[in-house]
Amino acid sequence: MAEESKTPLLDELEKGPWPSFVTDIKMAAKRKPETMDLLNQLELSYEEKIGHWKHGGIVGVMGYGGGVIGRYSDRPDLFPGVKDFHTLRVNMPTGWFYTTKALRTICDIWDKRGSGMTNFHGSTGDIILLGTDTDQLQPLFDDLSEAGFDLGGSGSDLRTPSACCGPARCEWACFDNLQMCYDMTMEYQMELHRPMWPYKFKFKFSGCPNDCVAAVARADMSFIGTWRDDIQVNDDEIAAYAEGGLDIQADVADNCPTKCISYDASSKKIKIDNSNCVRCMHCINVMPKALKPGKERGCTLMAGAKAPILMGARLSSVIVPFVPKEKLEPPYEWFKDFIDRLWEWWDENGKFRERFGELLDRVGMRVFLKAMDMEPIPQMIEAPRTNPFVFWWPEDVETSGKEAK
Amino acid sequence: MATLNLGGKEVEIDEDGFIQDPEVWDEDVAIDLAATEGVDELGEDHWKLVHYLRDYYLKFGIAPMIRKLCKETGFDLKYVYEMFPSGPAKGACKVAGLPKPTGCV
Repeated sequence: MAEESKTPLLDELEKGPWPSFVTDIKMAAKRKPETMDLLNQLELSYEEKIGHWKHGGIVGVMGYGGGVIGRYSDRPDLFPGVKDFHTLRVNMPTGWFYTTKALRTICDIWDKRGSGMTNFHGSTGDIILLGTDTDQLQPLFDDLSEAGFDLGGSGSDLRTPSACCGPARCEWACFDNLQMCYDMTMEYQMELHRPMWPYKFKFKFSGCPNDCVAAVARADMSFIGTWRDDIQVNDDEIAAYAEGGLDIQADVADNCPTKCISYDASSKKIKIDNSNCVRCMHCINVMPKALKPGKERGCTLMAGAKAPILMGARLSSVIVPFVPKEKLEPPYEWFKDFIDRLWEWWDENGKFRERFGELLDRVGMRVFLKAMDMEPIPQMIEAPRTNPFVFWWPEDVETSGKEAK
Repeated sequence: MATLNLGGKEVEIDEDGFIQDPEVWDEDVAIDLAATEGVDELGEDHWKLVHYLRDYYLKFGIAPMIRKLCKETGFDLKYVYEMFPSGPAKGACKVAGLPKPTGCV
């Protein structure tokens, strides 16, 4: 006779055709019985509608202040298997390129030192290893170091810089975001491992405006590839799409947010008013064989995004509208100088747990620009077509002799 | 709650090894706490940092931000890690007898 399940509520999540973390963790528990307490505790949470992880916890490895997130059960009496169940962030290879050997190595280390692989990448980009106890942290870190891996960021530090697959796999990459992400990771190891700021700070590098790492929405400093000449058009391929049954008028021209594409069905040709293109990528995504980003490529540097935690979500604002490709190659001196000064200003002026973008909101763009010795320009906006309004400093306003009413 | 013998007395600690009652702290407790964080000997600069943290905590009820700590002690962060390899929050604050910093760090 089958044993009665201890997790009837969670078992519901195993029904249906889709994958289930409940099934996965049950599988992991066959080899590591203590992992079953993870489900047992969650079952209790489902019954009581209350979480059973304690808030906070400070654990780590020697020499680092970040990379490990402490997790403790508040019912260790009931669930000894998850009494401590810490999370580790491991710096992923830039663009997430692994050899199968590297993947096996991580799995083997985690099987030995942790609760077994039930999870891989999170939205931070890092490898997220869920669940190990305090005694295993240092040996685990030593094993990972031996295998060539390092911890990622957590807490009020530079979070692990992250980049989309870039020019390694994508023809739309407008600059070598992989190189830059790797360089910044290596340059700012101190900032990455040793929290020193008011709060977290993120770099994300997207090769093109499709923004596959969501830099504009999640990174305090967002690099998004773009171009400043015209979209490259291949007329023969446009005609081939039309003949293949694509409704270019409805699916491309009518979907252009600024209506800057016109399509002539008789000649099967399109015309793009490039000066009104806002780089949304829609037409290029629909007709990848016919359209390509322009030839004069680079990136837009933006700052200030964050997901909602303490305050609401915020998108990055443009800081430098176009950085040409030549400047996006090592050693990136201009950027290092820029970011060092930005961090200095934020660290000096930011309140505890205040993200860079929140500080921008609180004191205003003009204060930031003055501190950075930059001139305001109309392109410094949150999204195309938004108001580039900047308050002038009183001393910058020339009065023409007329008194204000 | 677990207890640990620190400086010759049984002291309550939490799961991360932070003492629960800041009142029981003295220099002997600090020396034993330091040993749990990989610090075998507390030199002059260690004590300067520990006393700075404790005084700040007694005055304001919280730990200082890192920038303030570095400015006011004159120690850069790298040197803080050299002294306390597990860092200012887990290492130095624990030795100074501060309660565990809360929140999502």
